[in-house]
Amino acid sequence: MSQIALGRTARRPYIAINPWTALALAAAALALLPITTIALTAFADTGALWGHVLVHVLPQSAWNTAVLLVGTGIIATCVGTGAAWIVSAYDFKGRGVIEWALLLPLAVPTYIMAYAYLDILSPLGPVQGAMRYILGYSSPREFRLPDIRSMWGAILVFGFVLYPYVYLTARAMFLTQAANLVEVSRTLGVSRNAVFWRVALPLARPAIAVGVSLVLMEVLNDVGAAQFLGIRTMTASVYTTWIVRTDLAGAAQIALAMLVIVIALLVMERWARRNQRFASNAQRARAMTPEKLTGLKALVALGLGLTPILIGFAGPALYLIVAAVRRLEFAGLSAPLVRAAINTVSVSAIAMLVVLVLGFATAYAGRLRPGRLSAALARIATLGYAVPGTVLAIGILVPVAAFDRTLDGFFRENFGWSTGLLLLGSGVALVYAYTARFLAISTGGIEAGLSRIPPSFDHASRTLGQSATGTMLHIHLPLSRTAIVAAGLLVFVDCMKELPATLLLRPLNFETLATLLYGEAARGTYEDAALAALILVLIGILPVILLARTGRAAGVARPTHAAGDHAHPTTLSTDQA
Amino acid sequence: MAGILSAASFLVLGCAVPALAQEVNIYTTREPGLIQPILDAFTTETGVKVNTVFLQDGLIERVKAEGESSPADLLMTVDFGALIDLVNAGLTQAVQSDILEATVPESLRDPDGNWFGLSGRARVVYAAKNLDLDAITYEQLADEEWRGRLCIRSGQHPYNTAMIAAYIAKHGEEEARTWLEGVKANQARVAAGGDRDGARDIAAGICDIAVANSYYYGLMTSGAGGDEQKAWADAIKVILPTFENGGTLVNISGAGVAAHAPHRDEAVKLLEYLVSEPAQKLYAEANFEHPVNAKAEVHPIIAGIGTLTPDSMALTEVLPYRTRASELVDEVNFDTFN
Repeated sequence: MSQIALGRTARRPYIAINPWTALALAAAALALLPITTIALTAFADTGALWGHVLVHVLPQSAWNTAVLLVGTGIIATCVGTGAAWIVSAYDFKGRGVIEWALLLPLAVPTYIMAYAYLDILSPLGPVQGAMRYILGYSSPREFRLPDIRSMWGAILVFGFVLYPYVYLTARAMFLTQAANLVEVSRTLGVSRNAVFWRVALPLARPAIAVGVSLVLMEVLNDVGAAQFLGIRTMTASVYTTWIVRTDLAGAAQIALAMLVIVIALLVMERWARRNQRFASNAQRARAMTPEKLTGLKALVALGLGLTPILIGFAGPALYLIVAAVRRLEFAGLSAPLVRAAINTVSVSAIAMLVVLVLGFATAYAGRLRPGRLSAALARIATLGYAVPGTVLAIGILVPVAAFDRTLDGFFRENFGWSTGLLLLGSGVALVYAYTARFLAISTGGIEAGLSRIPPSFDHASRTLGQSATGTMLHIHLPLSRTAIVAAGLLVFVDCMKELPATLLLRPLNFETLATLLYGEAARGTYEDAALAALILVLIGILPVILLARTGRAAGVARPTHAAGDHAHPTTLSTDQA
Repeated sequence: MAGILSAASFLVLGCAVPALAQEVNIYTTREPGLIQPILDAFTTETGVKVNTVFLQDGLIERVKAEGESSPADLLMTVDFGALIDLVNAGLTQAVQSDILEATVPESLRDPDGNWFGLSGRARVVYAAKNLDLDAITYEQLADEEWRGRLCIRSGQHPYNTAMIAAYIAKHGEEEARTWLEGVKANQARVAAGGDRDGARDIAAGICDIAVANSYYYGLMTSGAGGDEQKAWADAIKVILPTFENGGTLVNISGAGVAAHAPHRDEAVKLLEYLVSEPAQKLYAEANFEHPVNAKAEVHPIIAGIGTLTPDSMALTEVLPYRTRASELVDEVNFDTFN
């Protein structure tokens, strides 16, 4: 006892520079640098174009973005919540499979989903072909469905690929929160259906809001899918302004306007979760007992559960398999594809390690020294996730290249030899971009994992003579292992799928599966890239399986990443830890 | 683990790349699949290794940001406007080469040698095969007879902004606006997708005519993209449109040597190779583009479309209107379908 007391006194002067806080500071600085760069760019030039953007670009693109967000939000909410309720409240044949398969669309990047459905639903595609065959029409000129390249098409595509975010959060809520209240309501004579509308749904509202805010953020971030489907969103406007009119300042200005929307979404999510924390502490969680369904009812439930899986995963996956097989027969497995696959896995793995270390530091600093500083650092570190990838990439390019240039110039002048582009040329810039972008995922996930370890464990460990490091190694790391692994997998997959930053920041001769796919799609030959897309989706399934396995038990879920503090619905089942 | 190791070795080796000789680094907005065969042929012939990075968006920003330390030797674009942007930003250098001057026509290169055209492509009209249409002007694309019958990609795509800029250069801004509104009114679907989608949507009965580039027809017809695309090509015929009292709009892909090129000589050598007869033949065979070298032949499929009469207006005259063209697209809300 006295030893500890002594130790604490002796160590006090070093508290200010505890390595975790230092690392967390570094992470926050890394995340802040590109955003500062963008802001500086936006204000560097308030040229005449701003007027044009204000009158002719922002109103339309903001309207399109708003309609897309609202529509996608509604679909994702209905599908996600409905599916979560069906698998939570009812038991039927096939429920076990559906419960985890509902997560599968997470493995499909939105741009691949858009490609796939453009082809599947084309008037020349299989769906409309079959319809014409059945209805007895011989040509698409006689009968065809409305074009998927439209707002409704985009809303459906986004809604059905992104609903799992809502499904995850809502299901966790139904599993852990609803049970007591549901049973009480049932005892009081409320029908099973009415329980959903009057008890479960209002209770799950904050959880749903968390899921929806993530869905909306994904929509805001998308470039590819909206482009293929012909929807002029704000992100598309950033692109046009930057590329077509070579007006970086104008693009940065639109980007800043978007950042305001994103921050509003984050505030909404935070607000939603504050309510939730309040509710969660009031009771101990217990799983709801599902009602057994048979016959027609079971069939309907099965059908309702299967539909989102078919649309959000099976459809595009099947399409990719067919296209990939056809491609393999036609052209075989190309060397560039193999190289791209190796590159993708390597650079994603490196980025994952960096992101995990920094994410752990940020989360751990918060645990060791809870307070304003650590909370602020965690929040800043997660900002990169809120910035569209394109914008973040420019924000990184400028300072990183400036560093490279300065270093190169210094060595040339003083030593007569060139270092070249140290960071850009080596791929470090790419790792940096992934880190800034996905730090939120690991910080959030690991925070959630750590928060399930009661502080009393720390006290006990220290009292029993363990050092701070020992406590981390023997208590915290093992107990939060699942959370760390899950966060790592999610980061890994997100790095693999990342496109805009990879396109801008990769070194010479360095293609990833995503850039390869994009290059082919830009040519209009995306069938050539079906194999790359299929590999991306297949690897993306790995963390989904893990999520499905841990989701019920540990409650480490992707949606923790956006905000970074630990009062997350899937972590509310603290008692299980 | 192997992945991590190979990535680590890549990180280390990556730094060493610029130090090696007998190689040349290309920054290109041209999709790698289109030029790789030609680059491979160059390496086989000269032993010079070619490194590429495909930067569809942000080529200027990247080169600018890298400054003097940039490893870029050759900057290559698919669009003339983007090429001139690079030149105007001071990112290229003057090149004197007898071969280039003798091969590339004066109208397709900078007198100072900052840029050189490498291949040409015409902005053409695809029409449904059974349609009774043999000739059309760009002006007529806005005619009422095409209401709800025309397919086109995003108005913001460089292929289209170049066409609209040419229209402004010919007729003035106000007429261009009226014309663009007419073309928008004629759309059968949202302005999106690629040029090939025009052919596919004609085959699917969505539209009767589409605006697209000439070489896609060659790519589809040749069967290189598979049977499906051949079927799209079979559903269309290609018409070479002209401006009233003018010719067909031809854009060029081109390249310039980077201002701080570490392998300047190799870059010039590659440029000279790219306009040589064998390379231009490859351009024609792999891309179905119009060669800039008069001695190289146009691919038979493209030649079969008809005799191309390029518009006499120089691309440099069109260029100043590009930003205005892009703004007009916004102002008439071209990319929103209603």
